[in-house]
Amino acid sequence: MRRGIPAAAVTLGLTLALTACSGSGNDTSGDPTSQATGDGAGGSLVVWVDETRQGAVESAAAAFESENGVDVELVLKNFEDIRADFLAQVPTGEGPDLTVGAHDWLGELTTNGVVAPIELGDKTGDFEEVAVQAFTQDGQVYGLPYAIENIALIRNTALAPEAPATWDDAVAAGQAAGTPYPILVQTGTEGDPYTYYPLQTSFGAPVFVQNDDGSYTSELALGGEPGHAFATWLQGQSQAGVLSTDITYDIAVEAFKNGESPFIVGGPWMLEQFADLELSIDPIPSAGGMPAQPFVGVQGFYVSAQSDNALLANDFLVNYIATDEAQLALYEAGSRPPALVSAAETASADPITAGFAAVGAEAVPMPSIPEMGSVWAFWGVTQANIIAGTTEPVAGWDKMVADIQGAIGS
Amino acid sequence: MPTHPTLADDATDPGGTTDGPPGTAPPPRSGGRPRRDREPVRPGLLAKIALMAVVNALGVFGVLAAWREGHVGILVSMLVLVLAADWVYFSRRTLPLKYVLPGLAFLLVYQVYVVGYTGWVAFTNYGDGHNSTQADAVSALLMQNERRVEGSATYPLTVVERGGELGFAIVEDGEARVGTAEQPMAVEDGATVDDGRVTQVPGATVLERQEVLARQSEVTDLRVALSDDPNDGSVRTQDARTGFVSVPSLTWDPDAETMTDVTTGTVYHATSDGWFESDDGQRLAVGWRVMVGLDNFRTAFGDERYAGPFVKILLWTFAFAILSVVTTFLLGLFLAITFNDTRLRGRRIYRTLLIFPYAIPGFLAALLWSGLLNRSYGFVNQVLLGGAAIPWLTDPWLAKASVLGVNLWLGFPYMFLICTGALQSLPGDVLEAAKVDGAGALRTWRSVTLPLLLVSTAPLLISSFAFNFNNFTLIYMLTNGGPRFADASVPLGHTDILISMVYSVSGLDGTAAKNYGLASALSIVVFVIVATISAITFKKTKQFEEIN
Repeated sequence: MRRGIPAAAVTLGLTLALTACSGSGNDTSGDPTSQATGDGAGGSLVVWVDETRQGAVESAAAAFESENGVDVELVLKNFEDIRADFLAQVPTGEGPDLTVGAHDWLGELTTNGVVAPIELGDKTGDFEEVAVQAFTQDGQVYGLPYAIENIALIRNTALAPEAPATWDDAVAAGQAAGTPYPILVQTGTEGDPYTYYPLQTSFGAPVFVQNDDGSYTSELALGGEPGHAFATWLQGQSQAGVLSTDITYDIAVEAFKNGESPFIVGGPWMLEQFADLELSIDPIPSAGGMPAQPFVGVQGFYVSAQSDNALLANDFLVNYIATDEAQLALYEAGSRPPALVSAAETASADPITAGFAAVGAEAVPMPSIPEMGSVWAFWGVTQANIIAGTTEPVAGWDKMVADIQGAIGS
Repeated sequence: MPTHPTLADDATDPGGTTDGPPGTAPPPRSGGRPRRDREPVRPGLLAKIALMAVVNALGVFGVLAAWREGHVGILVSMLVLVLAADWVYFSRRTLPLKYVLPGLAFLLVYQVYVVGYTGWVAFTNYGDGHNSTQADAVSALLMQNERRVEGSATYPLTVVERGGELGFAIVEDGEARVGTAEQPMAVEDGATVDDGRVTQVPGATVLERQEVLARQSEVTDLRVALSDDPNDGSVRTQDARTGFVSVPSLTWDPDAETMTDVTTGTVYHATSDGWFESDDGQRLAVGWRVMVGLDNFRTAFGDERYAGPFVKILLWTFAFAILSVVTTFLLGLFLAITFNDTRLRGRRIYRTLLIFPYAIPGFLAALLWSGLLNRSYGFVNQVLLGGAAIPWLTDPWLAKASVLGVNLWLGFPYMFLICTGALQSLPGDVLEAAKVDGAGALRTWRSVTLPLLLVSTAPLLISSFAFNFNNFTLIYMLTNGGPRFADASVPLGHTDILISMVYSVSGLDGTAAKNYGLASALSIVVFVIVATISAITFKKTKQFEEIN
């Protein structure tokens, strides 16, 4: 039940009358005058948000409500739950009209037919290209982007005054700083391929072959010589004591916060913890000689394919969320650079944001094709095993590629 | 609300004694007239009416809410439940049901329905690509394949109504054009253009924002042809402020159940397995849910990549479940006997302390332990073992031992509690008799105490076995199935049990395409295993009872 009925008002007649008015959209017999009351009869927009985004969306919704005389109902959900719940609830007709989401869900959402295309019209050019690209599939845009996130090298300027040019420089600078860890890269026993991706791309081993327009094919590209070079390098770094599977996210963040390392590879979500450090955001140093390109994740809003309020939903997104105000409010809430170019410029007054944005400009969108799920399953564990020394790099890497191929093929 | 004509006759105590004094036949009725003069209204009856009023109010509320949300299933079941409750509690002939109904209602809703639904899903292909009905798949495909004409303009748009039909008024090159679903866009000289927007059209009304919102699905579904040539596309809008030109690339023929790609002419037929497929095997992206019979069960046992890991996981699942029950029971029993000894001081404090692991939620405890057992930073290695680097969770055998150890820590207090209860309810005369017969402590324990104890605890041991057989939480939180099998080509590991394997195989953990049908089918297989073992064990434990 999405809306409670005040108990005092529960009478059969009233409810029947309301039902007749707020019918399923095909019912047009309602008298328009009774619908302009803004009690949901003229449409009420249900938006799923997570805790971080709640306040920002609320303020955008307030303007929208007063101008259109409709209710915007925010439903607070865990970000982790939104994807599965959206898939399950949209077909029942009980889902939201809009939800926040990440662009890498796109493949799954379109395959299941739960998300509707959005026509950005002339506004397309107002967004960062990578952001619109990330939400594009087959030439259709399926989400309104609001933030771009990617990892970069976070440097503690008190311990390392200069940005390192290469991975080896970074390790040398870290060792010269005399801290317990030369550089922190979160790994864990199951690996963290997302964080390791820029290091992998610096060997020229992207995960999938990319088309000219930036979209991904399902053809794997992480095998072969470049992949072997990366795997061998991983083993060498762990033997040198630079990388370790014991470094989990929590341990890495804690260590950097306590000044135990000059460098950490991480994203804007860590910054809250480092409030009292002098930081600089630099490009991730290349380990294999090629540019180290991290994944870009784009966050945005999806419209449900079964929404009875498609018009309201699109209006809200295109004319209220795609504004500097709303995008900056969302930026304040999540400290990720906005997807709207003008808002991003405003936000870039902050050197930290500008630093992440600069790295993001050179990055690649994370694949949103459904095959990606099969890659994650083997990718991280293989890297972790190579680092832990339980797997021989070249053979392990080849087996991983074969396993992924088998999982995609099945 | 149905009421009973002879309510006042129906005098039931709150305690629910029989209708009328025991041993006497109910008084004969005289012409059906209530005999109020003879039988005063009892407070119990008033209480019953008040309670039933609350139940009915809740029921009516539920029915209305379901009506508003358009849930036919919930509405009907609520109605049936409320009517059944009224009939049971106001009728004189339903005495046994008066006791059984609440439990029965909850059993139906929470158990039978859920199990039935799982069983139904097992025979469908519900999962990624088959998420909903054919109608939803068709509308999603049409939506995804209606493309904006490359390089076409966007127009400031107004929604109008002419002759009872909705239409769009757009401004192109400073000229107003108006059209409806039937009539393509045509120049309208008499229209007023204000601030780049049409504000008035002769012979038509311009709809206010609120009126547009009230008819929004009509507005978003409306397509107004740009000209007489259909290839020019048609104007549509998504926000009733701007219009753009689009052409559909797929068309749907509901009679033949085919999708046709208008650009290439390819025809896609609906197949029996829930896809639109062309003759040369091309598929459209979105499918729908259909019944697939036993396919899921075939898939479950048909993928040879899983053959090796499956056997290992099955063996480990049995080992894990049996060893968990045995170790927790033995430790719980040992402590129960220890703290049952009257010579021990401060027994209450010890007993309270022993409940602690049981009082900490399993989710949390497993997570805490995974931190405590971290190879380099965990409390166990760092503090207790002085900096040893023992791979508690990353070595295959040690990980298995750790899982059992954590489960022992989580589970022994429960066994301690039930054993304490069972020990305290042992009949003293039997033990006395054993002593008189000259049995020693050990012999008394083996031949008297333990069998008597097992009579009352055996069913609980079986339920503990069933619980641990499916103890997904512990595995997921503590090791997530790791360490991985080095020789398998599937993302499974040494501490995976059947249920966490199901979670991975059916893609619910995100490592493959989600397949709820397969997950349900495998759950049924797991259920069959657990049910069989439980049934056999229950039969076996009957022999303990012959001791009494």
